[in-house]
Amino acid sequence: MTSQLEFSASGLEVEIIPVEGELNVGPQHPGSGHMRIYVKLDGDIIVDAKIDPGYVHRGVEKLSEYRTYMKIIPLVERPAILDSIHMNLGYIMAVEKILGVDVPERAQYLRTLAAEVNRIASHLYGLGIWAIFLGHSTGYMWGFGDREVWLEILQALTGARVTNSYIIPGGVRRDLTPAIKEMVEKAIAYQRRKLQDWYKIFVNNPNIRARLENVGVMSRENAIKWGAVGPNLRASGVYYDVRKIEPYAAYDKVDFEIPVYKEGDAYARLLVRFAEIEQSMRILEQVIKNIPEGNILSDRFFKQIPPTRLKKWWEGQRRIVFPGYYASFRPPKGEAISRVEAGRGELVYYVISDGSANPYRLRMITPSYRTIYVFEQIVKGSRYADLPAIYGSLDYFPPEADR
Amino acid sequence: MAQKPAPQPAPQSVLSNILAQVMAKFKVVAKAESDRRAFIQVDKSQIVQVAEFLKSLGYDHVKSVTGIDYPDTKEFEVVYHISSYSNLELAKTIIALKTRTKYSDPKVPSLYSVWESAYLGERETYEMLGIIFEGHPNLSRLFLPEDFEGVYPLRKSYKLKTEGLYVDKSA
Repeated sequence: MTSQLEFSASGLEVEIIPVEGELNVGPQHPGSGHMRIYVKLDGDIIVDAKIDPGYVHRGVEKLSEYRTYMKIIPLVERPAILDSIHMNLGYIMAVEKILGVDVPERAQYLRTLAAEVNRIASHLYGLGIWAIFLGHSTGYMWGFGDREVWLEILQALTGARVTNSYIIPGGVRRDLTPAIKEMVEKAIAYQRRKLQDWYKIFVNNPNIRARLENVGVMSRENAIKWGAVGPNLRASGVYYDVRKIEPYAAYDKVDFEIPVYKEGDAYARLLVRFAEIEQSMRILEQVIKNIPEGNILSDRFFKQIPPTRLKKWWEGQRRIVFPGYYASFRPPKGEAISRVEAGRGELVYYVISDGSANPYRLRMITPSYRTIYVFEQIVKGSRYADLPAIYGSLDYFPPEADR
Repeated sequence: MAQKPAPQPAPQSVLSNILAQVMAKFKVVAKAESDRRAFIQVDKSQIVQVAEFLKSLGYDHVKSVTGIDYPDTKEFEVVYHISSYSNLELAKTIIALKTRTKYSDPKVPSLYSVWESAYLGERETYEMLGIIFEGHPNLSRLFLPEDFEGVYPLRKSYKLKTEGLYVDKSA
């Protein structure tokens, strides 16, 4: 090791010794969940980083081979409790493909409604966490405070703030009420107002810009090569959103745009998330306005509900009670792959049925799982001090990656 | 949704065109299941060449790598789901690139050299099923604890002991 003498502005001699070393970031909760980042440093430049996940591994794929199809719904929601509508939706879409079920129009709209509310909540959660990474405590409070508004809607609609288990094969569990419509309208008005404050105090804040601009840059070529997903991919100039590429639920019936930024730095990823919140609210307005009347469960299953129970639950409270079929149905042999655009990016399910009551194999590829490799690559060459900013910008959520 | 008609011009022709090209060039079994999904079954000795050919057509990333255990035939199947980010027409399609290998020789060539995005999926499949991807830069433990040596939880021979709360009939 060679040392060199440098003179600071005051004329004092400062000895700079190049130091190489390794650091463990985590595994005690370096951010939004337990995991370890094993960082190799040269001075304060990150030479190499290894992500060590698995501290919140639940074994979803193995457990699902021992569960009936309905019991897997709560299982797949657990890895990403703050984005559970999407985890639920993607799985059900794969199962519906194998079963060959038609979903009524109204249920499709309700799926879009729940998904977009959840997307806003998930983005706000990610932004809040990211803000505290950057030392911006107000952003943290606001992120979690604003998220509450949207969770209240999910609670009114589904009965639960998170892990809603709202989407079932052939439809959804509960219907929309006028009170919930009003809640959504109020929430949109509130969030639009609040976004102006967000821009003033957070997005356009010179400190935030200094921390994020030109930090953690991912070129378009690298984003494609590393297989980035979601807002991270779209902040690197790639137009790819499953809602447009392969429209599901009611996304082909609503008008919205996919925000794409070319810069590929952490600040672009921030802008994409804020733009997406605005687009999600645009979708919600259209869903509330245009939602058609009708049933929320496929006739094939609806007809199996006993009339006395229908009277009490459906006619009385607009809720679906499970028909006996759900207890242990056996889909035909076959396989299906489904993809949805979850809050953090593309979510892929690959389900193989051997004709029994449990799946033969269930593969769940979450957006954070695909972000692990991106994370390892993107931090190379960055300053160690930028690690939290880059981590936050990727919206990496360890439980979702571990599954 | 499978039942929903695609609003845009169906990429049927795109997908069948690609499959025809692959079938003309290589000895594979290929079939389009719908206008957006297809599979290509290939022998593991040719998988790298097929992958390179698909990449040259515009398939630029791997969505998932799945290992499946078939104890009846004493085989593993490895499925790569590939699609495109850069080509919007190809982005609408997902191709499942499948290959099989015997228990006695649990090795398949890694596709990391073709698609870097296969990195994590191959690593996890190695860990969970004990399939060795030859040419992968870092086949090491990922999610499981360090003392899980020699045991592959996603193999069918690995039985879970479920607790009494679940009264499902054992499969």
